Amino acid sequence: MSIIEVKDLTRKFKDFVAVDHISFAVEAREIFAFLGPNGAGKSTTIKMLTTLLRPNSGSMTLNGFDPVTNPKAVRNSFGIVFQDPSLDEELTAAENMELHGVLYNVPRRLRRERTEQLLKFVELWDRKGSLVKQFSGGMKRRLEIARGLLHHPKVIFLDEPTLGLDPQTRNHVWTYLKELNQSEGITIFFTTHYMDEADRVAQRIAIIDQGKIVASGTPLELRTRTNTTSLEDAFLALTGKTIREEEAGSMERMRMMHRAHGRR
Amino acid sequence: MKTIYILWLRQLKRYFRSKSRIIGSLGQPLLFLLALGFGFGPTFQKAGQGNYMQFLAPGIIVMSIIFTALFSGIEIIWDRQFGFLKETLVAPVSRLNIMIGRTLGGATVATLQGIIVLFISMLAGFRPVNWAATPLAVLAMVLTALLFCALGTAIASALSDMQGFQLIMNFLVMPLFFLSGALFPLPARGAMTTIARFNPLSYGVDALRGLLVNIVHFGLPLDFGVLAVVTLLFLLVGSFLFSRIQV
Repeated sequence: MSIIEVKDLTRKFKDFVAVDHISFAVEAREIFAFLGPNGAGKSTTIKMLTTLLRPNSGSMTLNGFDPVTNPKAVRNSFGIVFQDPSLDEELTAAENMELHGVLYNVPRRLRRERTEQLLKFVELWDRKGSLVKQFSGGMKRRLEIARGLLHHPKVIFLDEPTLGLDPQTRNHVWTYLKELNQSEGITIFFTTHYMDEADRVAQRIAIIDQGKIVASGTPLELRTRTNTTSLEDAFLALTGKTIREEEAGSMERMRMMHRAHGRR
Repeated sequence: MKTIYILWLRQLKRYFRSKSRIIGSLGQPLLFLLALGFGFGPTFQKAGQGNYMQFLAPGIIVMSIIFTALFSGIEIIWDRQFGFLKETLVAPVSRLNIMIGRTLGGATVATLQGIIVLFISMLAGFRPVNWAATPLAVLAMVLTALLFCALGTAIASALSDMQGFQLIMNFLVMPLFFLSGALFPLPARGAMTTIARFNPLSYGVDALRGLLVNIVHFGLPLDFGVLAVVTLLFLLVGSFLFSRIQV
């Protein structure tokens, strides 16, 4: 059985159909890329799979459990690195890890052990006692990735995990993720706007546009099908070249204000 | 249990770490206490109502509690915008426990704030007449804090952004405060008293004033009864609305 199965999933916001009867499956131990232009429905799909949003219709399972009827079992099965930061900036790096470990019921000793190991890996161990608000964007991103892995989930969702990271860090992060995928058999479900990254890392790709899945397959299959030489070209061939406007809701506006003025 | 504890601890850490917030939130009660206390004091005395500082201080303590408590409930909106809420919502813990942890944390912080204002008002000349009743006074503070924390949670769960915040401040918090008898004695009858009767804050003020300086309007059993029932009600509404949050 596939670790993620999605069938006819639909989510509307008022009149706007964000996700329109999509179906796909992700196999266990797979590295799966979910690509699409802005506003295509990627984040909405992830929110539904991760129990944050209820679908209007359709069905899905994650690790065999239904996010709608059995959210707790689903939440135990995945880890997530959100597109926008979800750290508590008033806490230290170590405290953020600790809080996560407690929420996921990781026993204290294991919690300490893994926190050390993960923070060392993302090279934040020296800064474990610093408040997160003093961190740069890249450091926060690394901390979030470390935190998402703390409870050794079956599936990890990474929503644009490498956004704003330099090539060194990106490379470093992916090396670790691939290793984890190999050694622990963690399924990786990620989104990105860097097509070269998807091409290099993903074993299978699904492309979503305007709420519908327009293509899926291995990177090679997508290139062959569109008769292109790079995934970027394949992506453009499949989704067109028009620039998408994402309408800024009140949340978006607040985030922008926040970015412009800094927090409190 | 562990969830509740860790989220409670988080609220406390956040509180103690933002020194500017502690000091900032003391400014307003201090201003009210000094300006009104010393400004109206002589008039109050002449009207035969006794020492105004004694009367006013419990009201100002309650004021600082409801501001802190409501704000800590409203903080959910910030956490929602700036991500941290999602981290707790996708964790395999019940939302009820998340809500309880946050609310207890917020209530603890608000109570601490109230106690600080109590000490400040003592510097301004306030003297509690009955020290033995202090534990009960703290209980009244805790109940008031819980009540308004839960109310803040309920409001924050229903709102999606801070746009409505000003509305809440001007049309809910300020009226609640000014119409609670925190600043003036409630007349024996009249519109003012009728309105105050329906304001849960009045009972918090009355309980605290009764316990600290032996001035009561409604009577302690009624005060505690109303506080307990309304707190429970708001906790239920708050946790219901919180459980329905979609990010």
